[in-house]
Amino acid sequence: MTRKALLGGTSAAILAVLAAGVGLADIRTGGELVINGEIAIVTETEPPEHLAGVFDTIYSGWVFRTDETRAMQADDFDNPGMLYVEQGIEAFNTAMGTEGNSCASCHENPESLAGVRATYPQWDEEHGEVQTVEMQILECQTERMGVAEPYGYDSQEMRNMVALIASVGRGQTVNVAMDGPASEAWELGREIYYTQYGQMELSCAQCHENNYGNLIRADHLSQGQVNGFPTYRLKNANIVSIHNRFRGCIRDTRGEPYAVGSPEFVALELYVASRGNGLTVEGPAVRN
Amino acid sequence: MKRQMLMAAGIALAATSVQADVIAPDDVVMSEYGEVFESLTGVPGDAARGAEIFASRSGGNCLACHAVSALSDEPWHGEVGPVLDGVATRWEEPALRGLLVNADMTFPDSIMPAFYKVSGFTRPGDAFTTRPAPADLQPILEGQQIEDIIAFLMTLTDY
Ligand code: HEC
Ligand code: HEC
Repeated sequence: MTRKALLGGTSAAILAVLAAGVGLADIRTGGELVINGEIAIVTETEPPEHLAGVFDTIYSGWVFRTDETRAMQADDFDNPGMLYVEQGIEAFNTAMGTEGNSCASCHENPESLAGVRATYPQWDEEHGEVQTVEMQILECQTERMGVAEPYGYDSQEMRNMVALIASVGRGQTVNVAMDGPASEAWELGREIYYTQYGQMELSCAQCHENNYGNLIRADHLSQGQVNGFPTYRLKNANIVSIHNRFRGCIRDTRGEPYAVGSPEFVALELYVASRGNGLTVEGPAVRN
Repeated sequence: MKRQMLMAAGIALAATSVQADVIAPDDVVMSEYGEVFESLTGVPGDAARGAEIFASRSGGNCLACHAVSALSDEPWHGEVGPVLDGVATRWEEPALRGLLVNADMTFPDSIMPAFYKVSGFTRPGDAFTTRPAPADLQPILEGQQIEDIIAFLMTLTDY
């Protein structure tokens, strides 16, 4: 309650202004994350051009977590998300579908996909739509492997595979394209980001742009970046997808979320990913 | 369909005749400054109950955003809104009622939810179920719960 003494006697107007400000006071910025002593992660950097004037600095969600949670992410032996990556590796090398192919039949090893996470979602010319990593995996399964029952968009198998693809891209600078044919989806994502949803009428921006650093109950609000996904959530004891997180955030507004895998969430993912251009891929990150 | 509507109307009528003095969310009268002068229920608020609703996650969950020394026994006070110590010295009762009914009328585009509002939402849900809101969406708090919280807020005279 240190604020009390500070604010005692000031007018309501001043209080409101102070409250609306960003509370980075008890957030420890300037920390360094190097995974396994070798992969350097950019946890804070200059905002991309389209956010000039909105943020002075963009921060990875890592910055807002406790020392213990932060430390878990610094070593693969301590990061429970890596167990799912291992399951992903196994699936990567296992033949599936009528063609008798595994992922490895076409993509020699996971490392050959190291550039993927940092540049997705991205425009797919052939299908004429913006694709997420999940959509790309489904495309391979159905169009190249003859898999009759492809992974569910948010299934454990899908999350394992997405975690594998993120893990090999760790340290790469997020750089999703938002212009050209992707611009329409990007605009839709932007509109969704600033829309107040649900009975509580809350937008992503009200929590993650106007209040990052502030406590909302027991949670320090972050900037809501997606560079750490799929994230291992201590609360779930599992890895969670980007769309699942969006769904949870809209649910918490007493709202009706869009469906996981819907065009709206794909557009939102593209837009939110573009807000992190300049950060680095961290998945599977550890979050509470 | 028609019959269902008639029945629903009948139930609504029955409900109002029991609590004749409860003002429905859509009927609340607000001043141009966002104040609500008339009690939502006509029944005086209970400050102790108000404090409970204030803190409860399934109630107002006000503590998610506001810290207040009077409830220092409760863990996890939020920092999104102003500290509410001394709030009764800053606002009169009608202004507090208005803030709870719909804070947007006092602070445009406020992050603070409107607790006594049932329409005009984008993709409203059925509480936290992710399902769409039912046709007879209830306000987040009942009128009496709001009166109880106001009674609690009126006890916050110290800094
Ligand atoms: C009522 C406040 C609130 C709203 C509105 C909200 N969020 Fe969140 N969000 C949270 C909280 C609390 C967390 C967990 C702490 C954190 O990482 O910020 C979170 C976490 C996240 C994360 C995970 C960040 C990480 O590093 O793990 C993402 C991504 C996210 N939100 C995106 C969104 C998007 C997109 C929207 C709008 C559709 C949204 N949020 C709306 C409160 C909110
Ligand atoms: C999601 C965040 C949030 C929640 C939940 C919330 N508030 Fe607020 N409240 C705010 C903010 C932010 C302000 C400051 C005005 C503004 O910027 O909109 C505020 C302002 C106020 C004020 C005026 C404070 C002053 O000192 O001038 C009162 C009183 C108040 N809130 C009471 C409540 C009560 C009671 C509840 C629960 C029933 C509640 N709030 C729930 C965010 C919230």
